[in-house]
Amino acid sequence: MPIKSYVLHYEESKREELVKGLQKLQGCEIIPAQNHAVIVLVTETETEELDNKLYHKLLEIKGLKHVSLVSGFDTK
Amino acid sequence: MSQKNIDRRSFVKKMATAAAMTAAASMFPGIIFASEQIENLPNGGNLEWKKGPCRFCGVGCGILVGVENGKAVAVKGDPNSFVNKGLLCVKGYHQTMCIQAKDRLTYALVKKNGSYVKTPISEALDIVANKMKETIEKHGKDAVAMYTSGQSTIPEGYVASKLMKGAIGTNNLDCNARLCMASAVTGFLTTFGADEPMGCYEDINHADYFITWGNNMAEMHPVLFSRMLEQKNNRGAKIIDFATRTTRSSMAANKSILFEPQTDLAVANAICYEIINNGWVNKLFVEKHCNFSKGSTNIGYGTEDKFKFKDKPVGINFEEFKKFLEDYTPEKVAKYSKVSVKDIKYLANIYGDPNKKVVSYWCMGMNQHTRGTWINNLVYNIHLLTGKISQPGNGPFSLTGQPSACGTAREVGTFTHKLPKGVVMNEKHRRLAAKIWKVPYENIPSKPTYHATEMFRAVDRGDIKFIWTQVTNPLVSLPKTSRYRPGMEKDSCFVVVSDVFPTPTSDVADVILPASWHIEKGGLYGNSERRTQHWDKMIEGPGDTTPDAWMTIEVAKRMGYGDLFPYSEENHVEEIYNEYIQFHEGAKHGMAPLEVLKKESGAIWPYVNGKSTQWRFNAKYDPACSNGEDFHFYGKPDGKAVIWQRPYEPAAESPDQEFPFWLNTGRVIEHWHTGSMTRRIPVLHKAMPHAYVEFHPDDAKTLGIRNGEKVKVTSRRGSCTLPASINQRGLPTKGQVFVPFFDESMLINDVTLDAFCPISKEPDYKKCAVKIERV
Ligand code: SF4
Repeated sequence: MPIKSYVLHYEESKREELVKGLQKLQGCEIIPAQNHAVIVLVTETETEELDNKLYHKLLEIKGLKHVSLVSGFDTK
Repeated sequence: MSQKNIDRRSFVKKMATAAAMTAAASMFPGIIFASEQIENLPNGGNLEWKKGPCRFCGVGCGILVGVENGKAVAVKGDPNSFVNKGLLCVKGYHQTMCIQAKDRLTYALVKKNGSYVKTPISEALDIVANKMKETIEKHGKDAVAMYTSGQSTIPEGYVASKLMKGAIGTNNLDCNARLCMASAVTGFLTTFGADEPMGCYEDINHADYFITWGNNMAEMHPVLFSRMLEQKNNRGAKIIDFATRTTRSSMAANKSILFEPQTDLAVANAICYEIINNGWVNKLFVEKHCNFSKGSTNIGYGTEDKFKFKDKPVGINFEEFKKFLEDYTPEKVAKYSKVSVKDIKYLANIYGDPNKKVVSYWCMGMNQHTRGTWINNLVYNIHLLTGKISQPGNGPFSLTGQPSACGTAREVGTFTHKLPKGVVMNEKHRRLAAKIWKVPYENIPSKPTYHATEMFRAVDRGDIKFIWTQVTNPLVSLPKTSRYRPGMEKDSCFVVVSDVFPTPTSDVADVILPASWHIEKGGLYGNSERRTQHWDKMIEGPGDTTPDAWMTIEVAKRMGYGDLFPYSEENHVEEIYNEYIQFHEGAKHGMAPLEVLKKESGAIWPYVNGKSTQWRFNAKYDPACSNGEDFHFYGKPDGKAVIWQRPYEPAAESPDQEFPFWLNTGRVIEHWHTGSMTRRIPVLHKAMPHAYVEFHPDDAKTLGIRNGEKVKVTSRRGSCTLPASINQRGLPTKGQVFVPFFDESMLINDVTLDAFCPISKEPDYKKCAVKIERV
């Protein structure tokens, strides 16, 4: 049961669009920074496969400049 | 799901959140998240947090490991550590996740009739001791060797040295730190007569400029780089990246200056030319504290077996030095360094401005260099001419790669020529070692034998008939493994490998010994800023895993040296450290007592009157200064540092018609050296699953190579096939390709050249000639 955290860098002007896109994804918790174009994203999924799918959906969201994975745990 | 599982998941989630927030804070100091989020972060639950240094690099970040029911379940940065102030990089956070890897070596394996047989550890150690004894009896003591590591703990290095040099009486001990910072050592010794940096990481808080010489700190020293970025953002400090490849560091720097491989020697001289020509020399400092010298030139490259070199220093005067520099005007140097006259003058201006504080950082870029000692000398020249040294925010700072390259390899001295204090060539030093080790003085031979590359050449030649490697993976990390792998496979040499995981080196072993991992044993490391850090054993290791120090002691006892190794299994770390620090007593190198190290997150030597010495050679901070002046370079008999006349000389092998590209090799942030640990950490492996070869887009276009396409990199020694990487992680200059060496399935060191600096004997992994073919 993977739990991952990421730092997302986005284009300043796309913040709202991005937050909405992320909110639609299941298993995501988002923590936007208040003074930088950065969002901390924590994902929690049931299987490796779902985790992979989620990651690819994430990459499709418009306005994202860069995704860096910070930590990953498997709690099975 | 049980309540326990839910609690655990929620805790892990909070840990993941904290890690990402800390990472964001390291990239954007001052970043603010909603306060309710921060309040929700875990404070540790029922975990017991145990302190220690990070396992992975020479920065030496303090970590806290959360232990629950005897298992390491979490890692966080130690907020009390002066090094990292709570911050860690991606490797640091995930370090303990390799311990449980399915293929962990948990039992000794002995090769019998071509296959490995699980063997009780004591039986395996009997075999090692008998084989070592038998080899010595048959072929002499110089037929056995040990090859250890800058990742060995201080006690591990100490007992290896005591066994080889004190008990057996051979100098056949060297270590993988030869491959990463031997040039830094010879640089320090030739210029200052004393090893290791004079400054400390607190320099970061004071410098106006950070000039990085061939040093991708954003990936290799990430936590220090974060601290530099913090200073850049908060008070406008500037980072100038001087390198042969555009990297993450170049992108975050204020300015990136690229140079043609090997020409750093000429650019450093051109900077000195400008400093003198513009009257920026700190005359008083130079007159009082410096001598001038020149050494031999055309000194060779060591590519032949049994290569020998001895420098012949001759004193010169300032005028002669000035005259020599006339060959290095910015205009002349710009022609072959590809650094513009403007950029050379820009760099000289920064160093020359008396109102700007400058720290120069470097690591493998300058050390893995066939003129590694020289380029270290030359950067010292710049700081000495301007008097910008040994003061907060002003100084040259050679960083190390491995967590205890300083603490173990350099301070304990696990090189063929070294002793815990001084060198084997010096009678006084041998007498001191003999006294503390309680061995006859005659036991310690006065001549060094094999440095790392020559040691593996001797294995290949059949001169070394027994070798024991600990905490290192030479068949991935040596240059020209295309020679040394078949060499180690030969029946003429009995190979013992102690490690935590199977590696290409353990694949050729006759005996594999299962080593304890970092937190499964106690130990001490010494980082780049002379900081010694201690940790206690935190968890039990699986199966028969045993600390390397204890395996060495057990072998020593079995060989009949029990009297010299009277340590107990429970307290050997403490007992060995207390014996070892006798070597360094005094104001110049005194080490902190263990009680202090147990309480604090490390202490910097010289530790004098209960205090760390942050800036050596400066009378204001360093109690060992005794000449009555502001500065005292007491490593040299006359108290003066040496400004060296060192010319530009070309690389051992340069691109030509047949092999038209430079090959540069190095590391990536996700992986620790040969990847034997980090490639077993799923999150790191997934982030960087395999090696690649980076191209400049123009070269890729000319060759018709697309991103991801397989290409073959071939040199006169071997070849390696990898996917192409264009405009991704890094960007080499035109005519150069870059390959990281962490991937044992794509062995780039089959391609590299075993040329080395004749003074330091450190190989140059950054420059050889290759051709590229699509496959
Ligand atoms: S910077 Fe080095 S010491 Fe610090 S956490 Fe990363 S790997 Fe460990």
